[in-house]
Amino acid sequence: MSATTATAPRAARAGASRDLAPRRRGARNRLSTALWSALSVVLFALFAFPVYWMVNTSFQPNNEVRGSDIHFWPDNFTLRNYATVLFDPGRTPFAPAAVNSLVVTLTTVVVALVFAFLAAIAVTRFRFKSRRGFIVMILVIQMIPGEAMIVSIFRVIDGWHLLNTLIGLTIVYVATVLPFTIWTLRGFVNGVPADLEEAAMIDGCSRAGAFWRVTFPLLAPGLVATGVFGFIQAWNEFVIALVLNARPEMMTLPVWLRTFLVANGTTNWAAIMAGSTLMAIPVIVFFLIVQGRMTSGLVSGAVKG
Amino acid sequence: MTTTDTGLPPAVSAVDGERIVTPPPVEPPKRRRFSRRAGGLTPYALLVPASLVLAAIVGWPLIQLLITSMQEFGRAQVFGAPPTWVWFENYVDVLTDPTFYEVLGRSLVFAAVCVVSTMVLGTLMALLLQRLPKGFRLLLSIGMLLAWAMPPLSATIVWGWMFDTDYGIINSVLVNGFGLEEFRQHSWLIDPLSFFLVAGIIIVWGAVPFVAFTLYAGLTQVPEEVLEAAQLDGAGAFKRFRLITFPYLKPIFLITTILQIIWDLKVFTQIFALQDIGGIRALTNTLGVYIYQVSIAGGDFGTGGAIAVITAIILMTVSLYYVRQTIKEEEL
Repeated sequence: MSATTATAPRAARAGASRDLAPRRRGARNRLSTALWSALSVVLFALFAFPVYWMVNTSFQPNNEVRGSDIHFWPDNFTLRNYATVLFDPGRTPFAPAAVNSLVVTLTTVVVALVFAFLAAIAVTRFRFKSRRGFIVMILVIQMIPGEAMIVSIFRVIDGWHLLNTLIGLTIVYVATVLPFTIWTLRGFVNGVPADLEEAAMIDGCSRAGAFWRVTFPLLAPGLVATGVFGFIQAWNEFVIALVLNARPEMMTLPVWLRTFLVANGTTNWAAIMAGSTLMAIPVIVFFLIVQGRMTSGLVSGAVKG
Repeated sequence: MTTTDTGLPPAVSAVDGERIVTPPPVEPPKRRRFSRRAGGLTPYALLVPASLVLAAIVGWPLIQLLITSMQEFGRAQVFGAPPTWVWFENYVDVLTDPTFYEVLGRSLVFAAVCVVSTMVLGTLMALLLQRLPKGFRLLLSIGMLLAWAMPPLSATIVWGWMFDTDYGIINSVLVNGFGLEEFRQHSWLIDPLSFFLVAGIIIVWGAVPFVAFTLYAGLTQVPEEVLEAAQLDGAGAFKRFRLITFPYLKPIFLITTILQIIWDLKVFTQIFALQDIGGIRALTNTLGVYIYQVSIAGGDFGTGGAIAVITAIILMTVSLYYVRQTIKEEEL
């Protein structure tokens, strides 16, 4: 079952189970619901606290951060840490790294989506000899640990003289996100019945025209969701960028953040938290956009809607 | 879309497949064949771009990796000196090196602890989500979503700051809140055991939401009637979970567990960044970090390659079940 439909029954069924509860156990049940609710507030705090602490620290003056008192709220609110990260010429500059990250990530997402889209059409709308073999290969590739491949990827990219270039890193990222993208898009294309295209073809559309005018518009949400997964993966990627793009002007944000951390040691936690916040914001926003669909792609073999 | 047949994979797949995925194997109806015809070379052409990229960045390096792992390949070779063939000497070196077994053992134990904690906590969180009224469920979901969304590197650095020796909030709360004086200026990362405690907290904190959301999605598919019937027959909460809920969710449990094993065995970012903040590298390397240390930092690509191949074999063995199961479920 494709990821689009996986969320609908979840909501419906959850509603049903809640409605049954009071009828079953009455007062005792209300008490336990209150206890569970209280527990959920505590757990919410546990999960959210580090994120809050990062933002909180980033808005405090560094001398207060390094003081003996703990400030649970930025009483002396300041944006100086962000100014340090963004404009201080003495440190590894943030802006080029952010630009590199954006360029590499966006190019990766667009190229991977186009390539994966073509491949997904091939494996869903056609029957051909090596179809099954291709899908199995996609699955197996996803399981090869990137850390094991990093050395030989380094040498291959080095052989093409693409070390410390955005093109080199982008090519590697496209290959990294492709298997997952193909796998997820395949699910989405499968979710659009081929009958729709046939109807259009009977009405006089060409095969390609039918796909383009009928199926493609229906796939838009799937393409957006898959693109966001790719974005998060490429944006967060650390090892490959660390090995391939170590030169300061070619760094991506994670590598920049690590360099910033090592350079400032534990002397300027406030600025480090500001940098960390800047890197995390786009991902958190995207996560909130696609939340429900994150799980279904990975376990589509097991979670059937 | 039916709700009761989930967890019985063959039935679900059949419904799914018949409708949209696979044409029936024997005597396919004409309409389907019409839309799913061979299409000549078109499908192959469509696969060309993806295949080229994967061949260049996965296939070719994989071959390179196998070759390098059988060569003496150091810094000199990076700069053009011809490598010498040593066949399986690198593998023998690695497999007789006590350091490798230390790293391997450390990785296995650490991954095992992380996977078990993640799965147990994730299951409990999923069960809790199911019992919560809507508002509180949304609140807890948002909290978990925040933890899940944090980039691993940012998360590690934030936790590293919270566990900071001098100004970290954890030490401060332990000393001022609980009066535990021994935690004044306590370094959490110097001792390997507490280093891995911190690393484990970071990893489990980030991974529990995924497990909880996935299992919660599965839980909503367990038929309410069956649970209610069992309750009327006098089955307690634990018994209901063990005898009804768990069997229904078994495939999801297996797959999430395998994904966790793979992710935790090859963990890199969290360990590497924590070492930057204050761990002792030699005492805290795990497989992923060790490959990096030996090859990229140490310049011994031959030995690093051998370790990489061994790691890949271990991980592929674990994931074999995942691949097989997925292929079966999807009726490819």
